[in-house]
Amino acid sequence: MSLAGFRGRGGALLALLFAVLILAPHFINDYLLTVLIIILYFAYAGQAWNIMMGFAGQLSLGHAIYVGLGAYTAATLYVHFGIGPWIGLLVAIPVAMACGAIIGFLAFRFGVAGVYFAILTIAFAEFARIGFDHIAYTGGSAGLFLPVAQYTHNDLWNLRGKPIMFYYVMLAFTAAAFLLCRYLLRSRMGYFWQAIREDEEAARALGIDTFRYKMFAVVISAGMTAVAGVFFAFYYNNLFPEQVFHISRSIELILAPIIGGIGTLFGPVLGAFVLTGLSEAMTELLHMLGIDVPGAKQVFYGVCLLVVVLALPDGIWPWLARRLGLGRT
Amino acid sequence: MPLDIYLNVAVSGLLTGLVYGLMALGLSVIFGVVRVVNFAHGEMMTIAMYLAIVAFQAFRLDPLVMMVPIAGVLFALGYVMQAGLINPFIDRPEHAQFMLLVAIAIIFVNVLLLVFGPDARSVQTSYAFDSFAFGRVIVDATKVYAGLAAIVVAAALFSFFRFSDTGKAIRACADNYTGALVVGLNVKHLYALTFGLGAACVGAAGSMLTLIIDVTPPLGPQYTLLAFVIVITGGLGSMPGALLGGVLIGVTEALAGLLFAPSAKSMFAFAILVLVLLFRPQGILGKRAS
Repeated sequence: MSLAGFRGRGGALLALLFAVLILAPHFINDYLLTVLIIILYFAYAGQAWNIMMGFAGQLSLGHAIYVGLGAYTAATLYVHFGIGPWIGLLVAIPVAMACGAIIGFLAFRFGVAGVYFAILTIAFAEFARIGFDHIAYTGGSAGLFLPVAQYTHNDLWNLRGKPIMFYYVMLAFTAAAFLLCRYLLRSRMGYFWQAIREDEEAARALGIDTFRYKMFAVVISAGMTAVAGVFFAFYYNNLFPEQVFHISRSIELILAPIIGGIGTLFGPVLGAFVLTGLSEAMTELLHMLGIDVPGAKQVFYGVCLLVVVLALPDGIWPWLARRLGLGRT
Repeated sequence: MPLDIYLNVAVSGLLTGLVYGLMALGLSVIFGVVRVVNFAHGEMMTIAMYLAIVAFQAFRLDPLVMMVPIAGVLFALGYVMQAGLINPFIDRPEHAQFMLLVAIAIIFVNVLLLVFGPDARSVQTSYAFDSFAFGRVIVDATKVYAGLAAIVVAAALFSFFRFSDTGKAIRACADNYTGALVVGLNVKHLYALTFGLGAACVGAAGSMLTLIIDVTPPLGPQYTLLAFVIVITGGLGSMPGALLGGVLIGVTEALAGLLFAPSAKSMFAFAILVLVLLFRPQGILGKRAS
């Protein structure tokens, strides 16, 4: 009864979740819709990050660089040349992939691993943050803004319109990422990745070209993350290097898969629901109690995070899957 | 003369760099022994900075005097963190330790935000505008005091690890974990002690830094990154390396701020970090890993 085989209870659960998500916008208010968009965004980006860390065991703490490059590439093309986001995507993905390839090449060729690799990825993201602060063409630290108007209809080609359009676009991305990751995990390359994750030297001894497959992991993950960046740019309509490339963006992005369960397909999705749900519930609760102090919400958030990390070391999904009698996927 | 300006800025960077170095020394000591990267390092330093500011505003106590009790408070905080939270995580994978410390860091930053609000705070000492002239080099008195104090604290820590029995026991844990257990050392306690000592360095450095910079809660993550850059440049786990890295980064940032835009100065620190990681991953003074 394997979940990834889309059979039995797991498959039914997945179909039910997808059906609920498709129908959801017709039953919820605008506020909840925006919450769902954020959840899907983190589920998608977490899935992309999970390829590197969860599948291939390479801890990246600088994924904001790929989000930022994707966002800035597509937004620049739109603002300066009037090129729409779907064409922009075709440029943004290779740009992020090239950046991932450079970071990966330098790190893996020069034997930078573990904690050092994680810090190298932070360094590149910080470098990009400060760099973009000084590029006048993309607005520098003053920010890059996409033109906004009151939209009467949804223009899918230019991604201009109401939240519901963004919701379905993000749902499609998230579902596609789930299927792609499921395919990758069960592919020949997926098994090579898992071998590298468990024991890199043993993998090399078995004849796996570890450099090559780690490169694939970084490049695929970077390209997928860039898609989240393009979405980010067109959904929020403003980009500031201080926000987009900031280390807290990178951390935010990896919380969902870690809380949900690293290396699992459901982990990033579940983690995004739990974390964003928790964060929004906290906002509501504090609002109801009339507490309006900066930091109060984040303190609770931090405490909840601490509790999950202490109580469920492998994340929520593996624990939940055991409870539900599902396979560990 | 322009040369004088460069010299002045370089000396000032060197003194600030010594304080940075002391902060990074804490990170290096913790990593060298416990093998845990303290992602809440800068956040702990902001706690120390706020303690120094409260002491100054309430009782007019000088941060250079408060350095000692604040180091004591941070020592206790570090000991409790290691004994209560981090010890069970020693055998866990890196990302799990990372998550634990990120959760702690988020709590620290936001508790400070809750208590002190988002406004920048600083200490105005009576000697804030004094300066010393060494020939044609003129330096702020505060930076001279802070730099000297950093050297004294670092020297005390060096001698502790070199000469005291506890210091030797801690080094034994770092060299051979199993061996340390076999000869009957209380490794958990020694780890907590080490984390406490690392935190005490941060406490002393934070107290001094209030003389040099204003503090806001979001400063924490920035200084965590700075500490990473310094220890990796100097050599993670190497004590003199941390001080050397601090000085190098301090001088680089000061000169880059003068030659280019002040806002671009940390770009040079990160560029140095990337170059060191690629060409000398063990750091300038680090030992080559087996």
